[in-house]
Amino acid sequence: MKGNEAIAEAAIRCGADGYFGYPITPQSEVMEKLMELQPWNSTGMVVLQAESETASINMLYGGAGCGKRVMTSSSSPGISLMQEGLSYMAGAELPCLVVNVVRGGPGLGTIQPSQSDYFQSVKGGGHGDYKLIVLAPASVQEMADFVELGFDLAFKYRNPAMILSDGMIGQMMEKVELKPQQKRWTDEEVAQMHPWATTGKPESRDYNIITSVELDSEAHEKFNHRLQVKYRELEEKEVRFETTDVDDADYLIVAYGSSARISAAAIEILREKGIKVGLLRPITLYPFPTKEIQRLGAKMKGILSVEMSSGQMVEDVRLAVEGKVKVEHFGRYGGVVHSPDEVAEALEQKLIGG
Amino acid sequence: MAEITEDIKVAENIVHKKSSVLTDKVMHYCPGCSHGVVHKLLAEVIEEMGIQDKTIGVAPVGCSVFIYNYLAIDWQEAAHGRAPALGTAISRLRPDRYVVTYQGDGDLAAIGTAETIHACNRGENMVMIFINNGIYGMTGGQMAPTTLEGMKASTCPFGRDPKTDGNPLKITEIVAQLPGTNFVTRQAVHTAAAVRRTKKAIRKAFEKQKDKTGTSFVEVVSTCNSGWKMNPVDSNNWMEENMFPFYPLGDIKDV
Repeated sequence: MKGNEAIAEAAIRCGADGYFGYPITPQSEVMEKLMELQPWNSTGMVVLQAESETASINMLYGGAGCGKRVMTSSSSPGISLMQEGLSYMAGAELPCLVVNVVRGGPGLGTIQPSQSDYFQSVKGGGHGDYKLIVLAPASVQEMADFVELGFDLAFKYRNPAMILSDGMIGQMMEKVELKPQQKRWTDEEVAQMHPWATTGKPESRDYNIITSVELDSEAHEKFNHRLQVKYRELEEKEVRFETTDVDDADYLIVAYGSSARISAAAIEILREKGIKVGLLRPITLYPFPTKEIQRLGAKMKGILSVEMSSGQMVEDVRLAVEGKVKVEHFGRYGGVVHSPDEVAEALEQKLIGG
Repeated sequence: MAEITEDIKVAENIVHKKSSVLTDKVMHYCPGCSHGVVHKLLAEVIEEMGIQDKTIGVAPVGCSVFIYNYLAIDWQEAAHGRAPALGTAISRLRPDRYVVTYQGDGDLAAIGTAETIHACNRGENMVMIFINNGIYGMTGGQMAPTTLEGMKASTCPFGRDPKTDGNPLKITEIVAQLPGTNFVTRQAVHTAAAVRRTKKAIRKAFEKQKDKTGTSFVEVVSTCNSGWKMNPVDSNNWMEENMFPFYPLGDIKDV
């Protein structure tokens, strides 16, 4: 099935409570599939087409505030509209899952695949000091698997999580193994598991407030400090990545999502020529595999960051190696997908000297 | 004349007491502000219906941003204008709960117009309380979507000129047109009689929610004596003379 359809199937099966979305190419199949599957008849999951992405993300706020597992999906311009809401949710420490099937920007841009939303995804995106948990799938299987993982991490850390995909993974068809249907949490379970949620104030507890406003700046600094502690814990415990052919490698490609697949093919071309190249594929873009890039980078002659953007993740790769290794960027952008040959050629030119 | 002493405070003498849903926090509102009265009415209705444990409130951005400090129910604080979107999800995911949103004119009728219209048009099962004082109170008296023609505000210091500033918006008449609303009314709290009518309207709005037949919308035409730069008495008089002709009181829709 398509990557976008896998998101819909996985959402129902992992016991999600609600999906709120607005149509935008190239991800509209997510909501179309959900509406076709009518999960309100089977699991009781709510699916609603909202009036805008702004409304969608604020519906997530309302649902998450009740301790429910709520999600949305969109593509780049729609995600830009959601940034205000994401900042509020990070500030109110609300868990949710947002799927971004990236297309080329800026502006209305193009509907073709891109990876130019790295900055707006991993650097916070909206106002204030906050982070999203960002997962980068490289297959339809991972599109499905990361729905549950995203929800789990979001609730564990009470923080919005994002699946940062792209138009290629979203539209591509692959075999996918879906997990069996899990039960949705009951209202009683929610009240027990998430005592912070607004579920209606019983006699037994004080009333709950979900908010991100604090007028006392000293108190607000303390709150921000608590957020930072959470982010350090994420960086310590939740970094996920995959490495291939790195043991004997002289050069390293760092690439995520579609670009990781393309880079794997490029590495085969390069190895046939006798150039030893390995691949590091970040699975979590936040938290970023900084330490591993640092460790591997120390024994490399050069690193190429391959991404379908004019160079966004490359900044984090450079920060990881702190100038000790040459780091270059390659990528086609604006909706153009690079070929393995182009990646191989770029590595030779930029790192070996063509 | 007999001296008033503490010993008159006995159960049989009590004719009115503070609602148990109201907290003991001192309200931050300016003297003469309508918010305090409407908060009290909302608390009384929730108490009288016995639904404190079943009500989830959504607070706005504006002067009443801290309404959650004053009513002891579960609250969510929304981004500016987005209360109906939050309310939509809460109501759909917890259909066993009463959902009440509380918003001012800038929140509900300017930045949040889309959310207001669409939530009311879908007929989300919630009570929407709309405080219309024709001005942005919290930010210091700027022109609101409901500021009257000729009315002065800090961003229309010579009075609202429809030619350049646009016209005041009757959002309540608009939502009354929508098939999703089951009760739309406009009230005020400037006299004892008006306070009683507003309480009745809020009660009716909550009662309507039992049938799950759509959005119940209560506008309260209100004063902002700080923003209007008048004392509370003059504000009430000014409201009667100027606001009520443009925003006439009474039920607009009841189905």
